[in-house]
Amino acid sequence: MQADAALRRSPGLRACGRLQKQHFSSASLPPVRMIHSLFLINASGDIFLEKHWKSVVSRSVCDYFFEAQERASEPENVPPVIPTPHHYLISVLRHRIYFVAVIQSEVPPLFVIEFLHRVVDTFQDYFGVCTEAAIKDNVVVVYELLEEMLDNGFPLATESNILKELIKPPTILRTMVNTITGSTNVGEQLPTGQLSVVPWRRTGVKYTNNEAYFDVVEEIDAIIDKSGSTITAEIQGVIDACVKLTGMPDLTLSFMNPRLLDDVSFHPCVRFKRWEAERILSFIPPDGNFRLLSYHVSSQNLVAIPVYVKHNITFREGSSQGRFDLTLGPKQTMGKVVESVLVSSQLPRGVLNVNLNPSQGTYTFDPVTKLLSWDVGKINPQKLPSLKGTMSLQAGASKPDENPTFNIQFKIQQMAISGLKVNRLDMYGEKYKPFKGIKYMTKAGKFQVRT
Amino acid sequence: MTVGKDVSALFPDVVNCMQTDNLELKKLVYLYLMNYAKSQPDMAIMAVNTFVKDCEDPNPLIRALAVRTMGCIRVDKITEYLCEPLRKCLKDEDPYVRKTAAVCVAKLHDINAQLVEDQGFLDTLKDLISDSNPMVVANAVAALSEIAESHPNSNLLDLNPQTINKLLTALNECTEWGQIFILDCLANYTPRDDRESQSICERVTPRLSHANSAVVLSAVKVLMKFMEMLPKDLDYYGTLLKKLAPPLVTLLSAEPELQYVALRNINLIVQRRPEIMKHEMKVFFVKYNDPIYVKLEKLDIMIRLASQANIAQVLAELKEYATEVDVDFVRKAVRAIGRCAIKVEQSAERCVSTLLDLIQTKVNYVVQEAIVVIKDIFRKYPNKYESVIATLCENLDSLDEPEARAAMIWIVGEYAERIDNADELLESFLEGFHDESTQVQLQLLTAIVKLFLKKPTETQELVQQVLSLATQDSDNPDLRDRGYIYWRLLSTDPVAAKEVVLAEKPLISEETDLIEPTLLEELICHIGTLASVYHKPPSAFVEGSRGVQHKRLPGSAGSGESADSPETTSTAGVSDAPPAVIPSQGDLLGDLLNLDLTPTTAGPPPPAPSSGMQLGGMDLLGGGLDSLLGGDLGGTPAIGAGFGAAPAAVPASFSAPVSGGLDDLFDLGGGVGMPMGAYSPPKSVWLQAMKAKGLEISGTFARRAGVIQMEMTLTNKAMSVMTDFAIQFNRNSFGLSPAGPLQVLTPLSPNQSIEVALPLNNSGPVMKMDPLNNLQVAVKNNIDVFYFSCQYPISMLFVEDGKMERQIFLATWKDIPNDNESQFQIKDCHLSSDAASNKLQGSNIFTIAKRTVDGQDMLYQSMKLSNGIWVLAELRIQAGNPNYTVSLKCRAAEVSQCVFQSYEAVLKN
Repeated sequence: MQADAALRRSPGLRACGRLQKQHFSSASLPPVRMIHSLFLINASGDIFLEKHWKSVVSRSVCDYFFEAQERASEPENVPPVIPTPHHYLISVLRHRIYFVAVIQSEVPPLFVIEFLHRVVDTFQDYFGVCTEAAIKDNVVVVYELLEEMLDNGFPLATESNILKELIKPPTILRTMVNTITGSTNVGEQLPTGQLSVVPWRRTGVKYTNNEAYFDVVEEIDAIIDKSGSTITAEIQGVIDACVKLTGMPDLTLSFMNPRLLDDVSFHPCVRFKRWEAERILSFIPPDGNFRLLSYHVSSQNLVAIPVYVKHNITFREGSSQGRFDLTLGPKQTMGKVVESVLVSSQLPRGVLNVNLNPSQGTYTFDPVTKLLSWDVGKINPQKLPSLKGTMSLQAGASKPDENPTFNIQFKIQQMAISGLKVNRLDMYGEKYKPFKGIKYMTKAGKFQVRT
Repeated sequence: MTVGKDVSALFPDVVNCMQTDNLELKKLVYLYLMNYAKSQPDMAIMAVNTFVKDCEDPNPLIRALAVRTMGCIRVDKITEYLCEPLRKCLKDEDPYVRKTAAVCVAKLHDINAQLVEDQGFLDTLKDLISDSNPMVVANAVAALSEIAESHPNSNLLDLNPQTINKLLTALNECTEWGQIFILDCLANYTPRDDRESQSICERVTPRLSHANSAVVLSAVKVLMKFMEMLPKDLDYYGTLLKKLAPPLVTLLSAEPELQYVALRNINLIVQRRPEIMKHEMKVFFVKYNDPIYVKLEKLDIMIRLASQANIAQVLAELKEYATEVDVDFVRKAVRAIGRCAIKVEQSAERCVSTLLDLIQTKVNYVVQEAIVVIKDIFRKYPNKYESVIATLCENLDSLDEPEARAAMIWIVGEYAERIDNADELLESFLEGFHDESTQVQLQLLTAIVKLFLKKPTETQELVQQVLSLATQDSDNPDLRDRGYIYWRLLSTDPVAAKEVVLAEKPLISEETDLIEPTLLEELICHIGTLASVYHKPPSAFVEGSRGVQHKRLPGSAGSGESADSPETTSTAGVSDAPPAVIPSQGDLLGDLLNLDLTPTTAGPPPPAPSSGMQLGGMDLLGGGLDSLLGGDLGGTPAIGAGFGAAPAAVPASFSAPVSGGLDDLFDLGGGVGMPMGAYSPPKSVWLQAMKAKGLEISGTFARRAGVIQMEMTLTNKAMSVMTDFAIQFNRNSFGLSPAGPLQVLTPLSPNQSIEVALPLNNSGPVMKMDPLNNLQVAVKNNIDVFYFSCQYPISMLFVEDGKMERQIFLATWKDIPNDNESQFQIKDCHLSSDAASNKLQGSNIFTIAKRTVDGQDMLYQSMKLSNGIWVLAELRIQAGNPNYTVSLKCRAAEVSQCVFQSYEAVLKN
């Protein structure tokens, strides 16, 4: 940019000289690859944990992050990659904690972001929640985990199964035993699975009840326009599994309609060749909870929309009142009940307050943030829920420019909206008969209705 | 420690705990050591013994932990003790220890590179690429990549089909992180042919279904790069294209941070291969609660994908966005409508009516943005939409931003003849002339002059007023100069003024916001990296990445030129000179040859030439040029061109035959300094008019009176006047840079040519180019910035004092190892040795001695490059044989090829 301006201003191209100086001042630094340091920052802007995998980077580097944070109107608007004179800051915001990684040279940003996600997931896995308090309470474990996950900036062990063998998750009982006996949380042996061909599974797993549960969860992302027609709709689906099986079971999972799955991401355990050839998921599962696959049904396929919204929101010029009328109804739900419905919307800034009357559920309106939120509950097809009433506007102000958008959340049990169905689940390699279960659920993802 | 407190005072106590059997305690002590060993190096020595002992522990976990920790202690004394345990661990029976040790080599290299090389760890590391365990392979690749990054020229990761095969096998089995390392490493490989390329693609494609987005993007990078080599009519090519879209779309449903990185990369991909995403427009539609950084990126991609087929959808969306809450986003959305109009011609009408609808909303910032983009639309489609001017004029009073005011004034001035009250409107702006920003002032000045030229009778007073405001009451030199120019122009030749000021303007196009193709190619090779997020070449901004090699996409099937050239030169170097006839007399030169041919003299090779070739550092100019483009990307594609019309009005009377004069001067100098004149190749076309919006540049290089000249002919083949020429070089092998600005003082009218001689010097920044004598040039004019590259004959760089003393020549010849000698044949040359010698001397290749043996003339010659590199030559001419043999010796062997080309060129001309 500088050079651009200079070139336009003067044909003398002075920019060249200036850039040159910068060059010489920076050339002496050693190249350092991968993640250099990690800072955890809470919502009020305090750094409450730092970890350095190489030399120590002063926490003043976070000032650049704070600057960006101040500029951003909302916490989630902080740009994920922030350049500073000597480092790059890559951050993710999870559970109201910023995880800020410091890198010094060319590192794939996705690599860093994925790693940060893995850190968050691990904390959640270990402590149940990922909050500042939980992290502070378990600071020794956190530090041991971080040390184990990254070596010299290279990811080392990020699989939850392996980590759990290296460092046992804290439980009340174990903490007590440790305090009394002086033993530790740290595993003394090399994790068995780490270097086998199935690094995700440890050997010698034993259960008295052998069970395998699969949850097919689909989220609909959609944008519906004013007139009720679908602008774009797509489905993000996942199959989460909870497998507690003894030994080394080899599972196959087949679908009634595998053609739906043309865009899939697998857990490393899935044999890709088998899928390519036969459209069957064949795998040796990790022990415990894991995500078997995620898939995407794109907007080009016809996506069924399970709810419709009728709305009439009007402001009249010169009047300090506006009308608000919203009705929800089910459609294409194949007889299943739409439940846990929650409608929220950011009303225009000009709205001072609202006086509404819900036919069911409760609503709240925050006059400061202008956030309207209506907890509807179930939709009864015989008696459609509605929210009607008036909005009071600032007296004398002109009618608001912006149209509110409704964000709708809902759940439908026992149905995958894409129509995906599991055909059968078989187990090979072990003799016992496992208990099998499959559950379907559809949820709203980013489901938005424009007005 | 973890919360930022300094606990280094506890050092001795902590070290005492080290020999514990408790693994947790041991780990914590190791952690402590890593943090504080540097501040207390003497104390840290106490820990060495325990480390060495732990490296022998029966438990592999402890062995690995010890070697890992030792590598993190950056204390020189400890490093020495590390070598032996590390060597053992690299060969450990347990793969967990081996893979940890592989990373440790990289750590050690970072602390003490020389030590690692001396101890032979690099070779061990290379062996690990063939390890049976995929995890070990992945870590070895990662470690080698890291080391290679700090040593760009070391041939560490020597990729050949065998290693590639090993990597591909390991790819299927190692962890996700290992897959990223391997894929990034694969991306640096250039397959030999399209078949190999296809087979690699086939084996990489399954990675697109990986759950880790970084793996997916790295796989996309490999595929995008190798796809270049596939013939387009191949079935597989089409299949691959289809396979690329779904994973990219999936990335967009991930967390916003991932989305952002993915979008920045998709932005590059759609510019390179729009067909991949052309049906996926809808996934880029903005959700109202997307973070702003995601929204803006989506918007940009939407415009890139806009086509006649989907424009209706896009416009409806954009109109929706224009009513959102976020002001920045609304502005961008309005601009986007304008960009669509310029990009998709069929949609222009619809866009204009959408913009008019938005103007009717009377939302202040929407109206202002709309006016700015409508001005661009006028520029693109003249005489089509002027009917809307009346609507625009209604909003005149509400404009408070300089850009919108300037745009409105431009419109009024440009269409003064259709606006009845144009003079009143402009007059109203004139009242607060001094409070306006420069942009508005300049525009107002030009607009009023236009108005005057169109309606001279009513507006004379107005024009005088503005001219006096601009010239007498303003401190701004730009404004004053423009005022004077107009004034003089109007007072001397109103007809010429009309021709200049009201000249037809070049049309604007949508290309202005595209990334320049060579940069795009490089960025495609860096998909997934920071470079791709910032859309700048990695060399331009990442610290410490010394000597990043510019990556290029491989050529399509069959073009193997890049691989060919180094091979031919190296074979020439290896095949030693055929045993020259050794004369019986103990003549000096005879000794030289004699000694040279005896094998005993093979001493240690001198260090690689570093004097003139500062490899590495950041690519200064590269960055500069790219940020130029970056500026254009900013969303006002047409503004530069739009206002460029005004400076085009430099009067013809200012032109002086400066360049011609310079030419004469230099010719004179050349005549005095040299007996025959240095060889200068004929001019060739460097920049084609088609590629440079009408500017054609042909040129050559010459050396005149010790000054290197770049002699160019600039021809304007466009319909409009070109002005404001400037030139800039990219960093190059010999630091060539312009010694002064490009002297094109007169505007270049259509179909006019101008000869320019640009003196060069060698004080610019240095970067090794391939080929060595390649020069990348950026030329700017009022229309745009253009890039081309040309090659200069290396003889331009031979300096006048390049004649070596005979004794020194001898000593040097002996001193340079035989490996650095290369031999070439010059065919079909019919000069006598004296004539050849004379001719070469003209180009500063000096003959030091001449011998005749058996009817064969041997000329011993020397030349010196401007950066101080000496090249020694032996030219053998057999009477009656038109083929000469030239042997070149130089410490920097890579120049030989270029020098030989110069020999050939000089002798044959």
